[in-house]
Amino acid sequence: MKIKDITFKQLVEHSSGSKGLCVSIGPFVVRIRTKEKSFLQTFSMLYQDFEVSEGEFVDFHIDMRRPTNVRRWVNAQIIFWVDGIAPFEPFPLDHAFPLFEWGLNWCIGRSAHQYLMLHSGVVEKYGKAIIFPALPGSGKSTLSSALGLRGWRFLSDEFGLIRANDGLLQPMPRPVPLKNTSIQVIQNFETSAVLGPVYPKTRKGTVSHLQSPTASVEQSNKLVKPAMVIFPRYQEGSETIFEELPAHYAFLKLSTNSFNYEVMGLKGFERVRDMIDSCTCLSLTYSNLDDVIDQLDKRLVNESSHDG
Amino acid sequence: MMDRPEKSRQLLLDAFINPNLLKGLPLEDWELLIRCAGASKLVAALGDKIAVNCPTMLVPEKVLDHFQAAQQLVNYRKQMTTWEMHCLNRALINLDIDIVLLKGAAYIASELPFANGRTLSDIDILVAKENIEEVEKLLSDQGWITASLDEYDDYYYRTWMHEIPPMRHRERYIEVDIHHSILPLTSRLSPDPKTMLSDAVLAKGGARNKVFSPVDMVLHSVVHLFHDAELNLTDFRDLVDLHELFSYFSKQDDKFWEKLDSRAEELSLYEPLYYALYFSKSLLKTSVPAELLINKNRPNFLPRVLMEYLVPLSILPEDPDFMGKKVAFARWLLYVRSHYLRMPMLMLLQHLMKKSQKRFNHV
Repeated sequence: MKIKDITFKQLVEHSSGSKGLCVSIGPFVVRIRTKEKSFLQTFSMLYQDFEVSEGEFVDFHIDMRRPTNVRRWVNAQIIFWVDGIAPFEPFPLDHAFPLFEWGLNWCIGRSAHQYLMLHSGVVEKYGKAIIFPALPGSGKSTLSSALGLRGWRFLSDEFGLIRANDGLLQPMPRPVPLKNTSIQVIQNFETSAVLGPVYPKTRKGTVSHLQSPTASVEQSNKLVKPAMVIFPRYQEGSETIFEELPAHYAFLKLSTNSFNYEVMGLKGFERVRDMIDSCTCLSLTYSNLDDVIDQLDKRLVNESSHDG
Repeated sequence: MMDRPEKSRQLLLDAFINPNLLKGLPLEDWELLIRCAGASKLVAALGDKIAVNCPTMLVPEKVLDHFQAAQQLVNYRKQMTTWEMHCLNRALINLDIDIVLLKGAAYIASELPFANGRTLSDIDILVAKENIEEVEKLLSDQGWITASLDEYDDYYYRTWMHEIPPMRHRERYIEVDIHHSILPLTSRLSPDPKTMLSDAVLAKGGARNKVFSPVDMVLHSVVHLFHDAELNLTDFRDLVDLHELFSYFSKQDDKFWEKLDSRAEELSLYEPLYYALYFSKSLLKTSVPAELLINKNRPNFLPRVLMEYLVPLSILPEDPDFMGKKVAFARWLLYVRSHYLRMPMLMLLQHLMKKSQKRFNHV
């Protein structure tokens, strides 16, 4: 049963009860307990295709609660709790959703070392996955989102999870926090794109979340082998330029892109090495999304024919 | 049925008493167990315990993920501390003194089996008091920096504590605590560090560092937990250490219990040892010889009964969904106790005055 299959009233009842609302988000099950209806409205819209989980092992137990002091009512705030710990300062109540997203990132980032975690977008087509490792602001979220909106399978916009034991990519197609000008870019690119509320003045500027493609969310359990590693860089007015990267250079770029490369020790080294050995590694400079998508498609078709 | 708060405690205890008791555990109990083990930083230790003692046990996939992730982090920290220790030794190479590793670093260097899954956060070492200045100078000349403290804290450390303010190399993040004594100098007990230092032995693996002899290693851990710590939920890990140390050393050496008993007598550490034996036995079912617990030097009736009631409440993680006031109160009482043991009353009052004054000045 998906989030959208239950009524909002049921959703509120679930999440305000002691058992909470449990949702499968990629490989993780998250229990959410909150009484905040405005948060739940945004959540239920952006996570509409995610499965409600019953009787499964819960990885993260999250409570979104108002403080117990005067800020409960006056300029109301919200606090993110995980297992009785509040790791962050309170947020304004109307920024509860970005706080939840940020907090969940924090939970995963500090504990999920059964994965090599890359700061990368990930998409897939024809059974071939492309990893887009890049720094914030390079346009990887926008690029991955655009590919998702053109029917590619969207696996992640900034959390590339490589399973430490076998090197397969684990999808986690959460809503994409589009920032500043990317919001308009995506709206212009695809008028049917569904975006959540606009949050001005967050740490990253103005943020609005893009709903993930239904088909991608439905395939959250389908792991895939990486085929290409492409380091994207948006540059205004640029042609679409692909350049092959030497292996040693790609290795350094990919390993430093990981959140937990050091923690992963030998396993981390082996996973990056395998990816560099088995994937085509390229850099990409672009400005026109349609052109990039077209060319990426051709390259994947080519890759497939090489394999055959 | 057992109520939830009771269940969370029992699950965690069972897991360390005998992980075979976890066979056939329902998934929701595994979830509660992982949450509680997480609160006590024992997830990797639990995973290791199960892997070693019951390799054929069916553990849910998700739980194995948590074990793997936690072990990964433990391995990383272990690697970092081992490297830090190597750098320390190199920095002090021209100094002909004994450096004794304490706690986690000692368990690793001694290759104790339970050290594999044990989390460790910093390095604790002990040197003779007359060498401490030289050690500090050599380290600060080679890139280690002292935590920035204000004048009062620095004075307090140097005058009354059993260690100098923590040092950290400016390019790395592992903290090094350099001790010259076992307990703060103001403490109500004062085991002589010289006796323990002179009995220290070389760690395994041909290392340059020493570790305490088995009985002293145990007693150091005992004193730390039952005379210096606040006995809150982060300290349950230390009780698990003690249980493992007792079990391991008593298997290695038939005379271990006798030696421990007489060494505690010699260093006047029977009171904390009593509590360590009592709680290790009553909570984790360690096979402690009964006669050790009825020693004439055990604590008086009233404090003993109070401790026996408060410690299990305070030290074991609560069910995170059912936090209670009783536990918070027990933790507060034991926190007060730890300060009472740390310094004489008049000094404690002065110390607290100074601390609160500082807090006011900051506002």
